[in-house]
Amino acid sequence: MKEIINLPVSKIEEEEYHINMGPQHPSTHGVLRLVVSLQGEMVKSLKPHCGYIHRGIEKMCEKDTYPQLIHLTDRIDYLSAHINNHAVCLLVEKALEIEVPERVKYIRTIMDELARIQSHQLWWSSFGMDLGGLTCFFYGLRDREMILDIWEETTGSRFLQSYNCPGGVMQDLHPNFQKRVHAFIKTFKKKIKDYDRILSGNVIFEQRSQGVGMLSKEDAISYGVTGPSGRGSGWSCDIRKNEPYSMYGQVQFNEVLRYGCDTYSRYMVRMQEMHESMNIIEQLIDNIPAGDYSAKMKAVIKLPAGEYYQKVESARGELGLYVVSDGNKTPYRMKFRTPSFSNLSVLDHISRGMKIADLVAIGASLDLVIPDIDR
Amino acid sequence: MDNETLKARILSIVPDAQTEENKQYLTLVVPAAELHNLAEKLKNTQELSFDFLFCLSGVDYGKQLAVVYHLNSTTHKHAVVLKVKTDDRVNPAFDTVCDIWRTADFHERETYDMFGIRFNNHPDLRRIFLDEEWKGYPLRKDYVDEVNIVEF
Repeated sequence: MKEIINLPVSKIEEEEYHINMGPQHPSTHGVLRLVVSLQGEMVKSLKPHCGYIHRGIEKMCEKDTYPQLIHLTDRIDYLSAHINNHAVCLLVEKALEIEVPERVKYIRTIMDELARIQSHQLWWSSFGMDLGGLTCFFYGLRDREMILDIWEETTGSRFLQSYNCPGGVMQDLHPNFQKRVHAFIKTFKKKIKDYDRILSGNVIFEQRSQGVGMLSKEDAISYGVTGPSGRGSGWSCDIRKNEPYSMYGQVQFNEVLRYGCDTYSRYMVRMQEMHESMNIIEQLIDNIPAGDYSAKMKAVIKLPAGEYYQKVESARGELGLYVVSDGNKTPYRMKFRTPSFSNLSVLDHISRGMKIADLVAIGASLDLVIPDIDR
Repeated sequence: MDNETLKARILSIVPDAQTEENKQYLTLVVPAAELHNLAEKLKNTQELSFDFLFCLSGVDYGKQLAVVYHLNSTTHKHAVVLKVKTDDRVNPAFDTVCDIWRTADFHERETYDMFGIRFNNHPDLRRIFLDEEWKGYPLRKDYVDEVNIVEF
């Protein structure tokens, strides 16, 4: 098994048994095709084929003004829509040297953490389903509904909110917001115990995830595997801690690290992160200061010529925004360094020598979102 | 290591590198021939140890095509941006860095796909998002597509 892991793709013999996983396959969670070379049931290598839903968002961004861009970044990683928007806003505000009101920082941080929780809930649902536990899917989606309802009330949309805008947020919080967030946290703290009972401590689940898909810390750094997947290998890569933005520098929370390097560690990091996110929300929700929900912005936003970079921690890892501006109202070049794209690149490396059923578990533990890869 | 020391260290490896103004990161334009050598030293020297390539992007500056490398050290927490530029728009090519940082593999394929910049010694340089038969490189500024791009 060790020999296979060390072989480069091109050196592996031609006469193997290939199967296509995807583009329509439930465990790829979207339109991604994995061409898997097998020896019996064992994965020798795999090649991801992306681009089935490539929409050219980077090209489209070159034609759009900064406030218009918000609606495209929603659609990159739709489960971290708030966080992606947050990144654009931070970048514009940094370039124009605008200080946003305290209230905005609170709102954005709370919304980001709600986004992280609902993203992890959906990840947990599909992880369970991929390993054959269909109940997980119902549990996860049932609880996620509460967050979508909260968003619907305040932002007017359940999924792609486009709530952040340069300078602040689109509209003020709904009067029920705090009450409903409290209700959600109270309910979910009870429900998350069920999550642990049904999967985390389950013997079958443990056997299918422990020691599967080993990713060392060095490889995680080299492949750029960030977010919960990188932290499952003991790499402290949380942007919220390393380069704090909005309220993250002022709240108490732990960066969740696990050192098992396997699928189980990556799973446990996300489970623990949901607790940490609730912890962050609880610290902020009762103290939201009064004030404006947006700074005063010019009608036409033009970034001074130059190059800017902004990092945020999305639910999947480090999202980077690289903008080259020539002083116009549209970016000259906009690049998204999306976490799923880098996380996908490691899939070949960590699934070699594993069984094909393990590949499903490994893929789920990386939490890939396909539009985030294709853009 | 602060930016001044870092700059001095890099200039001692590549004397021809030129600094570019940037408020956020130390930015250096490096001659293409020196890139691989410098990258290797940045990764493997203990005081520098730039082990994390967090972004690799292609940029079309009009006359020139460029590749931008955003590097970070997970131990020392310092960062640097390297740029390589070329005037050749027909056959632009740089050395690959995917033997140094594995994440460059996919990012270089994407840059090839969108800008047509080739990377020498890359193990698997194919288009990553578009079809193999696709004509042209969409993110270049002189790309024309009358069917798919609607001009307003």
